[in-house]
Amino acid sequence: MNVGCTRRAFAGGFAVALLPLAANATPETMREAIREVTGDRAVRGGRIVLDIQPLIDNGNTVPMRVRVESAMTDGDRVTALHVFNEKNPQPHVLSVRFGPRAGRAEIATRIKLADTQKVVAVAEMSDGSLWTAGIDVIVTIAACIEGLE
Amino acid sequence: MAAPLVNAPKRVRRGEVFEVRTLISHPMETGFRPGTNGTIIPRDIIEHVRCRFAGETVLDMALSPAVSANPYLVFYVRADAGGALEMEWTGDKGFSASYSTAIVVE
Repeated sequence: MNVGCTRRAFAGGFAVALLPLAANATPETMREAIREVTGDRAVRGGRIVLDIQPLIDNGNTVPMRVRVESAMTDGDRVTALHVFNEKNPQPHVLSVRFGPRAGRAEIATRIKLADTQKVVAVAEMSDGSLWTAGIDVIVTIAACIEGLE
Repeated sequence: MAAPLVNAPKRVRRGEVFEVRTLISHPMETGFRPGTNGTIIPRDIIEHVRCRFAGETVLDMALSPAVSANPYLVFYVRADAGGALEMEWTGDKGFSASYSTAIVVE
């Protein structure tokens, strides 16, 4: 019992000591990162389906699927797709540029999420328009923050 | 050398959109975690994944440390003409891996 308390107190102190190191992304830094992509152009909501489970058990591997509604023909296609987050150490998650052989503007991958937060996707279309979608996810075991055992 | 796993059909119909699933062994060390001695483990990630089919780009993906270890990626390719599906992964510490397979378009 006594040992357990000591361990917990030690672990807590360790976590606090680490906090200054983790200059985490904030909603503001995420907005700045998104603005680097969008510039001053208008961003409209819609056309993107961002599929992440709303309740995440393990933030180290979070399955994510992003799909943009587009015919992907020469005249109407998605040129790029970006994913951002609010509270990981860095706001950027991934960027995909689609070439002429891309069959659908859709990818699936696994990402890390450090905390309960919002994940935002931004799509750039060939006509220059920008579309966005966001999803709030709850993370019970965070990635990134804890060190090795 | 990390051996990538790529799951793609061997034969597809002309004009068909087919799915490619890829997995590669890599720690994707974020550069934000302390190691056993308390110092930060240096960043070691895959920075880019590129895919070409029949000589033309399918996608070019830029990864950040927020992509999980052993990056898994699913994407879709349009088969207008047959050819080689070429994948390339590059990253920190000179990491490089590639994979190529022929896909027949009928």
